Amino acid sequence: MLGEGILKGLAETARNFAGSFVSKERLTTVEYPEERSPLPEASRVFPFLLYDGTDWEAGMRCVACQICEKECPPKCIYIEKSKDKKPDYVGKPQIYPARFEIDVSVCMSCQICVEVCPFEAIKMDTDFELSTDDRFGGLLYDRKQLARSNEYYHSIHPTEAAEVDARLAEEKAKVEAKAKAAAAAKAAAPPATPAATTPAAAAPVSKPAPNATEAESK
Amino acid sequence: MSASTPDISIKLARQEAWNRPPVIEPEGEGELLELAMGPHHPSTHGVFRMDVLLDGERVIKLKPVFGYLHRNHEKIAEGSSYLASMPYTDRLDYFCSLTNNWAYALAVEKLVGQQVPERAEYLRVILAELTRIQNHASTIGFLLQEMGASGTPLMYAFREREKILDLFESLTGSRMMCNYMRFGGCRVDASPAWLETARKIVKELPAFVDEFENFLRTNEIVMARAQGMGVLPPELAVNAGITGPMLRASGVNYDIRKVDHYGIYDRFKFRVPLGDHYDIYDRYMVRMLEIRESIGILEQALKDIPAGPVMDPKAKIRGFRPKPGESYGRIEGPKGELGFYLISDGSPNPYRYRVRPPSLINLTVLEDMCLGHNVADVVLIFGSVDIVLGEVDR
Repeated sequence: MLGEGILKGLAETARNFAGSFVSKERLTTVEYPEERSPLPEASRVFPFLLYDGTDWEAGMRCVACQICEKECPPKCIYIEKSKDKKPDYVGKPQIYPARFEIDVSVCMSCQICVEVCPFEAIKMDTDFELSTDDRFGGLLYDRKQLARSNEYYHSIHPTEAAEVDARLAEEKAKVEAKAKAAAAAKAAAPPATPAATTPAAAAPVSKPAPNATEAESK
Repeated sequence: MSASTPDISIKLARQEAWNRPPVIEPEGEGELLELAMGPHHPSTHGVFRMDVLLDGERVIKLKPVFGYLHRNHEKIAEGSSYLASMPYTDRLDYFCSLTNNWAYALAVEKLVGQQVPERAEYLRVILAELTRIQNHASTIGFLLQEMGASGTPLMYAFREREKILDLFESLTGSRMMCNYMRFGGCRVDASPAWLETARKIVKELPAFVDEFENFLRTNEIVMARAQGMGVLPPELAVNAGITGPMLRASGVNYDIRKVDHYGIYDRFKFRVPLGDHYDIYDRYMVRMLEIRESIGILEQALKDIPAGPVMDPKAKIRGFRPKPGESYGRIEGPKGELGFYLISDGSPNPYRYRVRPPSLINLTVLEDMCLGHNVADVVLIFGSVDIVLGEVDR
C-alpha cells in the first residue's frame, strides 16, 4: 500500500514523543546552563601546574626541564628557567620555572605534556568554561594562573591523584632511606653525596623513563 | 624555468579542466547556467564547493573544488616527532579519530617492528567498531536529513552516537579528539566498569538499529529518491580506487579487515554486506548492515577480551629513531581504506609522511555519478559518498 512506509515512520516518532512523557530514557537532551551532565573522571580540557602545600610558588613541582615544551605538538608552552634553585618535594634543590606560560587558545588538549612529564607536575583540568572578552592576552595563562593545589587535583581526578600520591610517597621514602644510609656512611667515612638520583631516575613503571640527554639532543 | 611557472601551469590546468566541453549534451536551446554550490552550502558537510553547469535542472558538468580547510598536516608531521603527529591524526576525520589513531600507530609499529599486547588489540577492535557504528549512524542521519526529513532522523542517530561518545570520553578523556593509541598499545587501560558499560550499550544497540530502520527504510519518499540514483558501476569503482562502503555497495567484495588481516580481525566471525544495484539506497543499506555486523564483532570481542597489559613495557613512545626504511599501515576505516605511508631516514622525525584519505579518493567519482541528475539529487549523491572535509583537505 502506498504510504505504508511513511505511516510506519510516523508511528515510530509518535511512540518516542509519547514515551518521552513517561520514560526518562527517551529524554536525551540536557538544558545546559541550568543542568549539567556530570563529567567522567578521565575528562580533560587544558593543562594546569600542580603544587604541594599552600604556597603555590614554593610548592610548585615543575623543575623547568622543558620536556613538555619540546614535545607539545602545537608548541603552546613557553618556559624560562630560573637562575637560582629551590627545594623540591624531597628537599633536593632544583631549578624552577621563572616563567611558565601556556596559550590555551593554541592548546589542543592532547595530554602529551602530561604523559611526558617525569615529575607529575602538569595535569589536565576539567574546567571548560574559559571564555573571555579579552581577545589577545586573556587566554595566555602565566604560572600563577596555571597553579592548582594538590587538593584541587584530588577533587577532579580522585583515582589518578591517589595513584600519583602513592607513587611520589614511595619515591620520597626511597630517597629518604638512601639519605639516611648515606648519612650513616658519612658518619663513618668522608662525605658522600646524598640522594644522587633524581626522583625520575627510579621512574614509576607505567611512565616512560625520562631521558634528559635524548630530549636535549632533539 | 622561473619559480612561478608551476603556479601558472596549475592555474591553466584548472581553467582547462573547467573549459572542457560538457560530457552530456544539453537538450533544448535554453541558456546554460553555471552555479557554485558551496563552500557555505549547508549540504556540503563543511567547506566544499561544487561548480556545476546546469541545463535547466539537469547537471551536465560538475567540478569538485576543495582545499578550503587545508592545514598542512603532512608537512607539519614531517617537522615534528612521531608522537606529536598522533593528536593531529584525530583532526583528519574528526568523526572517527580512533580509527585514524590506529592506522597511524600501525604504520609506526611496522616501521619500528613493535608488537602490541593482546588486550590492547582487543581494545583497539572494540573502539574501532564503536567508531564505525557511530560514523555510519550519523552518515545515514545526515543523508536522510538531506532528503528533507529535517532533523528527526539525525536526532535518532545522534542519540545513540551520544552514548558511544560518552563511552569514549570516560575511557580516553575526550569525546572526539581521543588521542588514545600509542606505538605498542593503548594509553590507558579500560576498567572493568567501563567494559560493563560497553557491554550494556552494545546490548541495546540492535534495538536502536531496528528502530532506525523501521523509521525510514520503507518510506516511499526515501525509496523514490534513493533507488536508481547515483549509480556507480563496479568497473568504475575499482578503476577509480574507491574503497569502503562505497565500493561494497557497488558489489565488489573487498574489505581490508578480511583481506589484510591487520590486528586480530581474523579471529572474529563477520560477513561483508554487498550491494547489487550500486545506487544510493544500496549505500544506505550496506552501512545499515555493517552496523549490525559491527555489533556482532563487538559482542565477540567484549566476550573474550583477555586480562593483561595494554602497553608493551619495552615500547618507546617518544625520542626514538627508527632505522631508515618505509612502511605503509592501512586499516578499514568507516569511510574506506585509511593508510599512512612513512619514510624514515633515521632521524626522530619522519622524512615523508603521507596520508591516503578515503574521503578524497571516494570523491573523485562524484561527477560520474551526478551527470544527468537534478541539482536536488546531487546533494543526495554527495551525501551518500560520506566525506569529512578535515580529511579531504588535510
